[in-house]
Amino acid sequence: MAQTKKKTAALPPKKQLLDMYLKMSQTRLFEENAARLFSLGRVHGTAHFCIGEEAAAIGVTATLHPDDLIYATHRGHGQSIGKGMDIGRMMAEFLGKATGFCKGKGGCMHIADMAKGNLGANGIVGAQFPIAVGAALSMRLQKIDRVVVCFCGDGSTNEGTFHEALNLASIWKLPVLFVCVNNQYGMSMHVNDAMNIPDLSIRAQAYGMKGWSVDGNDVMAVWQAAVEGRAYVEKNGPGFLVANTYRIMGHSKSDGNKYRDKTVIESWKERCPIKIMRTWLLKEKLATEAELVAVEEQAKKSIEDALAFAEASPEPELESALTDVYAD
Amino acid sequence: MREITYAQAICEAMSEEMRRDPKVFFMGEDVGAYGGAFGVSAGMLNEFGKERVRDTPISEAAIMGAAVGAAMTGMRPIIEIMFSDFISCCFDGLCNQAAKTRYMFGGQTTMPIVVRAPAGSGTGAAGQHSQSPEAWICNMPGLKVVVPSTPYDAKGLIKAAIRDNNAVVVLEQKLLYRVKGDVPEGDYIVPLGEAAIRREGKDVTIVTYGRMVARCLEAAEQAKEAGIDVEVIDLRTLVPLDKHAVIASAMKTGRVIIVHEACKTGGFGGELAAVITESEAFNYMDAPILRICGADVPIPYNPKLEASIVPTTPVILDGIKKVME
Repeated sequence: MAQTKKKTAALPPKKQLLDMYLKMSQTRLFEENAARLFSLGRVHGTAHFCIGEEAAAIGVTATLHPDDLIYATHRGHGQSIGKGMDIGRMMAEFLGKATGFCKGKGGCMHIADMAKGNLGANGIVGAQFPIAVGAALSMRLQKIDRVVVCFCGDGSTNEGTFHEALNLASIWKLPVLFVCVNNQYGMSMHVNDAMNIPDLSIRAQAYGMKGWSVDGNDVMAVWQAAVEGRAYVEKNGPGFLVANTYRIMGHSKSDGNKYRDKTVIESWKERCPIKIMRTWLLKEKLATEAELVAVEEQAKKSIEDALAFAEASPEPELESALTDVYAD
Repeated sequence: MREITYAQAICEAMSEEMRRDPKVFFMGEDVGAYGGAFGVSAGMLNEFGKERVRDTPISEAAIMGAAVGAAMTGMRPIIEIMFSDFISCCFDGLCNQAAKTRYMFGGQTTMPIVVRAPAGSGTGAAGQHSQSPEAWICNMPGLKVVVPSTPYDAKGLIKAAIRDNNAVVVLEQKLLYRVKGDVPEGDYIVPLGEAAIRREGKDVTIVTYGRMVARCLEAAEQAKEAGIDVEVIDLRTLVPLDKHAVIASAMKTGRVIIVHEACKTGGFGGELAAVITESEAFNYMDAPILRICGADVPIPYNPKLEASIVPTTPVILDGIKKVME
């Protein structure tokens, strides 16, 4: 895929760089633990993991203002962590506990934290596009300066809602940055079979909006594109940023990956975005080995604490199954 | 009291609420410059401007989804879906998103949306522009459904719907748009969930709504000559249903007819019949509940065919006599 050449923006301060490294590490550990709990039968239904796609999430969320809104994907646990959501309450929601963000009524696919500006994750592929557009319209009508980041995957760009929503955002010049995490697979269909274009980002042109295409495993490349994307969108109207990456695990926990070449998966594991950032930070002398180990320990502890909180949390009362259908 | 049309009453409801609350805005296809496919929103673009009265491209899924996003973030959108049949074009946004979001997110959000859609047959628009799709929507927890039958109710129900913090679908009756009726000036609401007894009677209860109310009242007048005293209940709201009014009337008369334009199978009438038989009214029933509904067909084009497949006054009168046997 064509990669956009970027002018180098000034690097974020060290504190933010280490925070990005922390959040990518937390995302990886969160996913690995959730996968483990799923195998033990503790997490119900299905779960979709973003292992290998951490940079595509954190590179974007690191550029957002605290008041910006996001709409996450069903594979968006990294997007949620990046937005600053409480990891313990995320894990509690996975375990269906009353302390989860959705009181145990949403589960892994429907995590939302309205207070932190995460409008939710959606179990319907593509449903997020017009909802994000509506949120941006809402900000415009209330004269609130805010950007809405709408995460999506490559597969979702073939849903009708993608086209309707991008068109609407474009004609109304709404501040939505559509961020496509192109992990190359819908469920089992490879992106080259699903589309007849060589580079997803050219879909932006069909809607008169600016597009970017970046290496989604390089968190700093994602970050630079997102900085430019957010600044552009704030002033001009919608944009479409494609972060090209690869899905390491199957679509969901029940997916045995039979439709993929295992050597391809292994080669992408070598391009682990967390390893790439670690190597870069050391090489550029932006952090020391000791500092990075400390961040890794912090990540490990935070996930342990989250697990402990979730395990200790109570189940919801049965009566809660009947509440929250209607508002007063 | 002054008389205005059903369409004017709806316009007044939307306009008064938009003057009252800056969070309310309105979008849909051809609602602005054109004034709405049925002329309902004539004048609104002039008064409120194009930020708050928004013409959209032909994009029902985007319109509905955008209403969800706006409602979740502090606004109170009204959207118009040009024909109720097109609700299927944005079914995900209505049912998987608007209806379910509050629950799935554990109560973190409200969904103050009004979805207005002209419904019903009789205009020769045929299969895809004539449906009464309320049954699809009534089976979706999280949504409310109203069907106004008079200009008074249209204004009052829509004002109540706009103030409701949930997604309310208003199935307007397109053949009633030009019908006039008494409508007070200024603010009043018709609460959701309250049926109206249009005609009191002691022998037979007819439960109905929408365009069929007038036919039921005609048939009730004619039944008077046969010495049958018919009570006509206009539900006005389907969800939440005024079960109390329906059950009380069934207990009073012991004979119930359900009349709706929508086709019979899987129609809302089945729900009503079950509500009655499950209740204490069962012990008072002197006849099986009779449903007089639309035929199980899409709406045909030819005007005689079109008229033949929905309940008519003579058919309703026959039904009244039948339950009295």
